[in-house]
Amino acid sequence: MSDKITIEIDGRTCEAAPGEMIITVADREGISIPRFCYHEKLSIAANCRMCLVEAEQGGRPFPKPVPACATPVGDGMKVQTRSRKALDAQRGTMEFLLINHPLDCPICDQGGECELQDVSMGYGEDVSRFTERKRVVKDEDLGPLIATEMTRCIHCTRCVRFGAEIAGVRELGATGRGEDMRIGTFVAHTVAHELSGNIIDLCPVGALTSKPYRFTARAWELTAEPSIAPHDAVGSNIQLHVRNGRVMRVHPRDNEAINETWISDRDRFSYEGLNAASRLTAPMIKGDSGWAETDWQSVLHWVADGLQRVVADSGADQLGWLMAPGSTLEELYLGQKLLRGLGGRNIDSRLRQQDFSGDAADPALPWLGLPIADLEQQRAVLLIGSDIRQEQPLLAHRLRKAALAGAMVGLVNPYRVELTHPSRQLPAAPGRLAAELAAIAKAAGAGGRSSLKGLIATADSGDVHAEIAAALKQAGADGNGLVLLGALAEASPDFGLLKALAYQIADATGCRIGFLPPAANSTGAAFAGALPHRLPGARAVDVPGLDALAQLTEPRKAYVLWGIDPAHDLIDPARAVAALAGADLVVACTAFRTPSLEAVADVLLPISAFAETSGTFVNAAGDWQRFQGAVAPPGDARPGWKLLRVLGNMLELTGFEYASARDIHDALAAQCADRAPDNTPRAEYPVGTTAEAADGTLMRVGNVPIYAVDALVRAAPALQRTPLSAPLHLQLHPADAEALGLQDGDQVEVAQGPARACMPVHVSDDLARGGGRIPAAVPGSGQLGAQIGPIRVAKVSGENDQ
Amino acid sequence: MVKDQNTVCFRTMHLKEKVRHTLDSYLSVGGYGQWKRVLNERPDPATLIEELKLSALRGRGGAGFPTGLKWSFMPRSAPGQKYIVCNSDEGEPGTCKDRDILRWNPHQLIEGMAIAGYCIGATVGYNYIRGEFYEPIARFDEALGEAYAAGLLGRDLLGSGVDFDLYTHLGAGAYICGEETALLESIEGKKGQPRFKPPFPAQAGLYGQPTTINNTESLASVPVILEKGGQWFLDQGRPNNGGPKLFSVTGHVNAPNNFEVPLGTPFWELLEMAGGVKDGKALKAVIPGGSSVPVVPGNIMMNTDMDYDSIAKAGSMLGSGAVIVIAEGTCMVRVLANLAHFYAHESCGQCTPCREGTGWLSRVLHRILHGHGRPSDLDLLDNVAGRIGGRTICALGDAAAMPVQSFLQHYRHEFEHLIEHGRPMEQAA
Ligand SMILES: Cc1cc2nc3c(=O)[nH]c(=O)nc-3n(C[C@H](O)[C@H](O)[C@H](O)COP(=O)(O)O)c2cc1C
Ligand code: SF4
Ligand code: FES
Repeated sequence: MSDKITIEIDGRTCEAAPGEMIITVADREGISIPRFCYHEKLSIAANCRMCLVEAEQGGRPFPKPVPACATPVGDGMKVQTRSRKALDAQRGTMEFLLINHPLDCPICDQGGECELQDVSMGYGEDVSRFTERKRVVKDEDLGPLIATEMTRCIHCTRCVRFGAEIAGVRELGATGRGEDMRIGTFVAHTVAHELSGNIIDLCPVGALTSKPYRFTARAWELTAEPSIAPHDAVGSNIQLHVRNGRVMRVHPRDNEAINETWISDRDRFSYEGLNAASRLTAPMIKGDSGWAETDWQSVLHWVADGLQRVVADSGADQLGWLMAPGSTLEELYLGQKLLRGLGGRNIDSRLRQQDFSGDAADPALPWLGLPIADLEQQRAVLLIGSDIRQEQPLLAHRLRKAALAGAMVGLVNPYRVELTHPSRQLPAAPGRLAAELAAIAKAAGAGGRSSLKGLIATADSGDVHAEIAAALKQAGADGNGLVLLGALAEASPDFGLLKALAYQIADATGCRIGFLPPAANSTGAAFAGALPHRLPGARAVDVPGLDALAQLTEPRKAYVLWGIDPAHDLIDPARAVAALAGADLVVACTAFRTPSLEAVADVLLPISAFAETSGTFVNAAGDWQRFQGAVAPPGDARPGWKLLRVLGNMLELTGFEYASARDIHDALAAQCADRAPDNTPRAEYPVGTTAEAADGTLMRVGNVPIYAVDALVRAAPALQRTPLSAPLHLQLHPADAEALGLQDGDQVEVAQGPARACMPVHVSDDLARGGGRIPAAVPGSGQLGAQIGPIRVAKVSGENDQ
Repeated sequence: MVKDQNTVCFRTMHLKEKVRHTLDSYLSVGGYGQWKRVLNERPDPATLIEELKLSALRGRGGAGFPTGLKWSFMPRSAPGQKYIVCNSDEGEPGTCKDRDILRWNPHQLIEGMAIAGYCIGATVGYNYIRGEFYEPIARFDEALGEAYAAGLLGRDLLGSGVDFDLYTHLGAGAYICGEETALLESIEGKKGQPRFKPPFPAQAGLYGQPTTINNTESLASVPVILEKGGQWFLDQGRPNNGGPKLFSVTGHVNAPNNFEVPLGTPFWELLEMAGGVKDGKALKAVIPGGSSVPVVPGNIMMNTDMDYDSIAKAGSMLGSGAVIVIAEGTCMVRVLANLAHFYAHESCGQCTPCREGTGWLSRVLHRILHGHGRPSDLDLLDNVAGRIGGRTICALGDAAAMPVQSFLQHYRHEFEHLIEHGRPMEQAA
């Protein structure tokens, strides 16, 4: 900054920028001023009056103490934070804050990490002068995540401002006046925003605390272990708070470039799943009389023999190998190395994709396309097939900031997404997504080759398409436009076509293109070579193996499943279960026992879950972030990389002599030294026909709800009780419902090929016509077929029907 | 008897009660002459503001800030919407003058607001009226209708190219919404809570746009000032205290009423106009500017003139011009406990000292009143009041603190008596 000014705080000369608040300068200088309502990421409320200081400007003292958080500095200003007048003001506020606050810290969950308690040590009196009756405030039920003790509230309104400013949903507000002012929800609803858990951290006192954690530990009993959040491609920096080998809670760790100071509720509360009863704690083998526990030594020999036998008898091509994209980089790397060491090729980690026609054209290392923080600077963003708030909550937050700063956010998706900022949405059934994109491409003046050209030329461009195209063009010209493909695009049978169109739009508008990688390590899986057509370092293979879907449509004799529940983690559960059930050998390496695994597997090998192993995640922006295990895995479970190392040795494969996860990381990093994520396509995308629904069918829209993405989240009880975890249902557009003679609440049977499931109907015009939204990865959805694919719907006559 | 009564805001008072508030009545006293002149001649707003400055009109809402100076802060020619807002919330205990302007002379307020809009570059005005004012609200709305029908409000008025639209907005029973920034929040549909200043409304006011807020009486004075000249208005009062002022004389008087008299009128004359102290009692004390200002003992008041500077010298403030008369025999502990209850009830609750402190004061005072006081309570009250005053977002904190400190200063012996004996020194009321 060019025009620096000088001020004096407590006699110390400080440099400041004009317009900065006193508290900002003081914080930078390490001069502590007590505060409650002020928070760097929130607007200034200046309501707690704890930060009152004495100040003078130009030799003229301000007549009253001024709030340091809300008083801008001026050149030559002199500030006293600890003068008699300042201290008296601060002590006065402290006294007022305490008169109605319960002084029972020993029974408050916040005790030991309470800002009020801390500050009162410095500014409070030993004895209270207040002898009247204290205020008691009724609590409200905010749902399964946040516990309230509103008698403790000091009315700082941080939680209120968080809702209004960060979340974009005013879940909490203040009602009543004076002493009767209350923080609450007005209408007693559950606080359900995907970032709402952050108000637990923001609340300076014990008014808002974590419901799952509360009264289970004291702050001083916990050690904080740095880690990386495992449920999306943000790579949020977190702290695991551990006591006696158990993760007690999860807090954010500041990283401006990635998660700022926030984490999603998914990252905050999923740790509960670590202690679920469904954890697998010993190796198990299926015998004639069912499942039996066994020991590592014999089970690993059994597995090694089994794999070798399949290779010897049927060839290594009969091995299928599927790995969860949330596995560590080290696991993914060793996994592919082991399979390829055996001569196999069929490995994939793109478990929710069904159209792989773009494999040859896909960029080698697809990524977000820009650093996460730069999302805020975009002026126009087109989202294709993404329920971004559910998929990547903190990326949605960055986009919201861009939108509030005036960016156009367009969305082409099978359903209208409840965004917390202005947006231009074009809901279209899965088979119509390409047509919508073509219309935008046409409005942007895109040409395209061969059949794409025809599609674009014949597209029907309307006002909204033109508006989106114009905004993208303008932003593209300034270098801050972006086209992003999300999870629902990836799951589409037209993924290749959608990518082709997305690139056309990006080219025609000068925008960047980006991918929203579905999992914590999807980007890492490409680096590690856990793909059928890529080796480590994203090097090309001579002969590609079978992709994730082909491994199931062309069943293999043996499978290794890594961190996968077939009913929930694969794009077509019905087909997956059938293929696996027919195999000779299914080895499941997993942290959780699930019914579908027990049905199809021959052995269950217990591996570490998140927090129990060291490893590396590569986030959407291509940041490699290493983390250490914070707790030991339960029972006999072992970190995955160790299992793979031992198995590699047993199979007498070379290159499995690693002493630590760090060694594995280094070995892979060496092969990736000259590799950086890059979204340049390697060839032209082939263009097939679009997957239009046949007459009498609807296209299923199988979005993965926020708290269903992986086994750990699915095992976290509090998250499963939130309104965002709705049970299986079919959402229909009113017109489709009418055509089928269905009403809200009717029971239907949904058929997907031979697969069947019953569920209730929800009618909503958020959904595009022709779609039938049935969430994937939720209880009951495992009986169904592809996440996106044709379905038939028939009414089940229930007892209520005449 | 005071001459020169009812010369400005009450200049329709001499007309028949039934038709006093109508457009015809207002026109008959020369009403809308200034607005029409402005529309026809389109004078430089700066010259109008100069006239106001000369008049020494000080804000009648309580703070007494010079109105002309306030208007000159507005970025008049900057692009973007600007607003003029009239504060008719009139919540200050004892004050009931704006109500009578709305009832008896609503058109003069409309004319004043329109001229103010012209001066500050605002084409839209809001009149925020206390929600309990059923009759005055109806009167004002009726007047608005007449003004629109007569082409005095709306677009391209009298072919001048000048636009001015005026809307009524009703309060919902919160004293705090009389504070100008809480009032703006309330118009915006939010919880009525004062905003932290800066930014001041002239920079970022209603909907974030430059806004001027004035009291009803301040705005209603404007047409007459322009008609008769700033010097005339100034001459009505005293230097730095221009014009006549409305005083709402209430409490222990025989004939409570609103009086428009020149600033500088001796208090005793005003008291006489209100029929003197009730039941022939002696004067004990006066709260001379609405409940928020310090109390003044009767003997001092009898030698004080009713203008800003003289009352300041007497240790209080002219405030809104609500003169609360307290007769001999009144228990001052009870008076204060009553006031303290009011402020605790009306605190908006957002900032700590006011939210917590006003309730504390009220509880201690009621405890004393009910005979459970302790000697240490008096220092506690004084100290707690001192920790509220000057430390809050808006002036309600000061308003709650000042009565406590002044009552303790002048009537401490009554508090001590009650604490010691468990019953009041003065029984009658
Ligand atoms: C708690 C509180 C209540 C107030 N109530 C009123 C009111 O009812 N009417 C009013 O005109 N001003 C009221 N004011 C003063 C206004 O904030 C503001 O100063 C005034 O409307 C400005 O107009 P003026 O300059 O014409 O006096 C109040 C101030 C405070 C702090
Ligand atoms: S609940 Fe906590 S964060 Fe919200 S206003 Fe009260 S003290 Fe502040
Ligand atoms: S931190 Fe400044 S007023 Fe609360």
